[in-house]
Amino acid sequence: MTGAQDNNTQAAPLLSVRNLAVDFTQGSTKTRAVDGVSFDIAARETVALVGESGSGKSVTANSILKLLQYPAASHPHGEIIFDGQDLMKAPDAELRRVRGNDVTMIFQEPMTSLNPLHSIEKQIGEILRLHQSVPDAKIRSHTISLLDQVGIRDAEKRLTAYPHQMSGGQRQRVMIAMALANTPKLLIADEPTTALDVTVQAQILKLLDSLKQKSDMSMLFITHDLAIVRKIADRVCVMTNGKIVETGPTEEIFNNPQHEYTKHLLAAEPKGNPPKLDTSSPIIMKGDAVKVWFPIKKGFMRKTVDHVKAVDGIDVTVRAGQTLGIVGESGSGKTTLGLALSRLISSEGKIRFDNDDIAARSFREMRPVRKDLQVVFQDPFGSLSPRMSIAEIIAEGLEIHSPHLSRTERDQAVVTALQEVGLNPETRFRYPHEFSGGQRQRIAIARAMVLTPKFIMLDEPTSALDMSVQAQVVDLLRDLQKKHNLAYLFISHDLKVVRALANEVVVMRNGKVVEYGPSEQIFDAPKTDYTKALMAAAFDIETAPEGVVAD
Amino acid sequence: MADTTMTSQKQIKRPFLSPINQRRWQNFKANRRGYWSLWIFLGLFVLSLFSEFIANDQPILVSYKGEILTPVFVNYPEEKFGGFLARTDYTDPFIQEEIESNGWMIWPPVRFSYRTVNKEVPTTAPSKPAFMFDTREELCARYAEGVNDPNCTFGNFNWLGTDDQARDVFARTLYGFRISVLFGLILTALSAVIGVAAGAVQGYFGGWTDLILQRIIEIWSSIPVLYILLIMAAVLPPGFWILLGIMLLFSWVGFVGIVRAEFLRARNFEYVNAARALGVSNRTIMFRHLLPNAMVATLTFLPFILNGSITTLTSLDFLGFGLPPGSASLGELILQGKNNLQAPWLGFSGFIVISIMLSLLIFIGEATRDAFDPRKTFV
Repeated sequence: MTGAQDNNTQAAPLLSVRNLAVDFTQGSTKTRAVDGVSFDIAARETVALVGESGSGKSVTANSILKLLQYPAASHPHGEIIFDGQDLMKAPDAELRRVRGNDVTMIFQEPMTSLNPLHSIEKQIGEILRLHQSVPDAKIRSHTISLLDQVGIRDAEKRLTAYPHQMSGGQRQRVMIAMALANTPKLLIADEPTTALDVTVQAQILKLLDSLKQKSDMSMLFITHDLAIVRKIADRVCVMTNGKIVETGPTEEIFNNPQHEYTKHLLAAEPKGNPPKLDTSSPIIMKGDAVKVWFPIKKGFMRKTVDHVKAVDGIDVTVRAGQTLGIVGESGSGKTTLGLALSRLISSEGKIRFDNDDIAARSFREMRPVRKDLQVVFQDPFGSLSPRMSIAEIIAEGLEIHSPHLSRTERDQAVVTALQEVGLNPETRFRYPHEFSGGQRQRIAIARAMVLTPKFIMLDEPTSALDMSVQAQVVDLLRDLQKKHNLAYLFISHDLKVVRALANEVVVMRNGKVVEYGPSEQIFDAPKTDYTKALMAAAFDIETAPEGVVAD
Repeated sequence: MADTTMTSQKQIKRPFLSPINQRRWQNFKANRRGYWSLWIFLGLFVLSLFSEFIANDQPILVSYKGEILTPVFVNYPEEKFGGFLARTDYTDPFIQEEIESNGWMIWPPVRFSYRTVNKEVPTTAPSKPAFMFDTREELCARYAEGVNDPNCTFGNFNWLGTDDQARDVFARTLYGFRISVLFGLILTALSAVIGVAAGAVQGYFGGWTDLILQRIIEIWSSIPVLYILLIMAAVLPPGFWILLGIMLLFSWVGFVGIVRAEFLRARNFEYVNAARALGVSNRTIMFRHLLPNAMVATLTFLPFILNGSITTLTSLDFLGFGLPPGSASLGELILQGKNNLQAPWLGFSGFIVISIMLSLLIFIGEATRDAFDPRKTFV
């Protein structure tokens, strides 16, 4: 509690959190989510709260405005002094005055933070009316100038738009406009870019930074991504298990981390190199002019008037022991291509798997092929049936593809698969919810591996995981590939992970291939502007010139 | 050997209830009203299953000339005891004397079955409940030896009175309760099986299958059930299973909507896609992965459907289109109450039994709904 005192501003800090604790009560059990956290934010300063999921960073941020679920959450001790006033003891009416006025928040998911039934003009106007009592006649012009400020083009035309008519980045801009409407002194940004594409993330971060400079705000920035912290924050607080373990200026934390956990976080980037490109190894999966078009139907008779070309004539080749990475912004058709190749959605074009044409096979005819063609999905929380034990989940494929195995043999196969992915086989009778995200993704990989496939389609397998866990999963995937000479189709928007795994890369945009080649060539000497913009956004969080990428 | 250690390990790792079910059970118990209702209902239901041992015109156990007889299970002709009827009338003083002099017999607490006509009703039927008589003399007026008659005992009094055919109301409500609950349970279980299957197919396959089946169901459910019942009653002999069958034709529709919605929602869950990617067959996916999701909604719905089924049976009985004449039925008791306004114990007994039964089931239903409510995590 003394270490945080040494900030370089002489005046009293704008926000000072002292020895804050948060308890959650569920039934008769009490869990301490935040345990004695103290930090200060000076005027015009950006402080980043960094930690992995479950470290208590969001709970800390929500406590500042007392936005937690209150009968269940409680504060055994702690002070939150904002502008000389203790918010912890402030009455509700006073808190409401502070919320949205002096302190505003933006959240991770811009779709659910906006009301889907109201136009953005109405939603921004409401704030102006409530907190600033702007006369009705001026609200419109005020709203337009706010939207201009957050960089929404043709602001006047977009006034009547509804949230679903805007892209994720635009929605986040609207959220920021709403947060700025009352010229707050402190902006709390809770993972504001996590749900966005890397290219859009760079734009939003740039916007936040420029707005902060312009309007003399302080900012509390909550994130798990160290690259963002380095870019935007003046000071960093590293949080784990509800405690702040290290605080200091950004440069110092990055160059000279003191605490074990900080060192661990900094070392957590996915590392290592993909296997050497070998064009002589046998082709496992070959797609030829693969097309997935979704019809747009209009009118009374539901005539097909046009198509959404999710995947528009793409050729891909995946060889044994090699990894083909597919990258692109969200909506570029990466996942659709993967699903089409593994025949989980219908498509046109030729698909050859292991020298068999599988494009025309029915679901039933596909069943024997499924043993060799496996899929690992993005969300480790959603892809495991919550009502089955781990052993049952992993053995499910065996029951279909190796029905001759006895119970003991099947159990043995499950144990081997679990050992292979680095999990304790003793735990196989537990249920998925008893495992962490990274462990669950290992279980999902074990489910694929137990069938000893030749090809695995990996659909964003690391994007729902914490950074340090990502690195472990990447290492695991690479080891498995080497051991079993597996072919991977690796779909991801995270270029760092792709670089660590893929030896060939396809860059996709709007269902088409923008660039296709060996990964060194794509990463080190990108040819198109789009690929260059992707690289800049992913590795340096730099924005691209307007028009090259989506906004 | 390895196998046995494996199973023992399994038993240790897996408690009887999975954690989520344990939480549900806690939530269920937290609703005290529903929790007590469950035990009271279970108690009443189990008791009523043994109605033959509580209210019967035959003794539970008879010892006759050194032989142990069980009249509840076995029909002994009267010649065994020196009579001439095909079925022994144990209320006959001659038979009673014969048995008593050669052994003993144990009567159930109430010596009437639902269809036993009390030949010694104190007044003309419907006769009022025993506790409304002032003296024993009045109660036993019809017995040969009056108050001193061996049959003038506790078990032979009509504690809730008799109906207009001199049948014991308590015995009729007891048996009526049993038949109502059994009818409701069987109907609900069967409609759940059919409704869940239909809803599952519609929700899982979607598209044209869903569209066509949904339209068929709309047409089907617009058929007026009561008219069908009236017509069928004219063609087929009314009976427990016939009634059940006709009502089953229409009652399964209630489940389709919720199950279909759950399947539509869950068929795109990632673990369902993962199962498809493994090559799991449609039927297995539906049973293993999707049905547990739909079960929550179905179970929540179940007590209310059960209540509905019981009410329908009662109202059909009340209208006279229900169970065959003579069977123990609460609806018929209410009808008698309506026809014999001078005998309020008929209407009251029927009303109280029905309302207690339905209230208990609704309370249990509420507690079930609480138990499965995912938002009830925090107390």
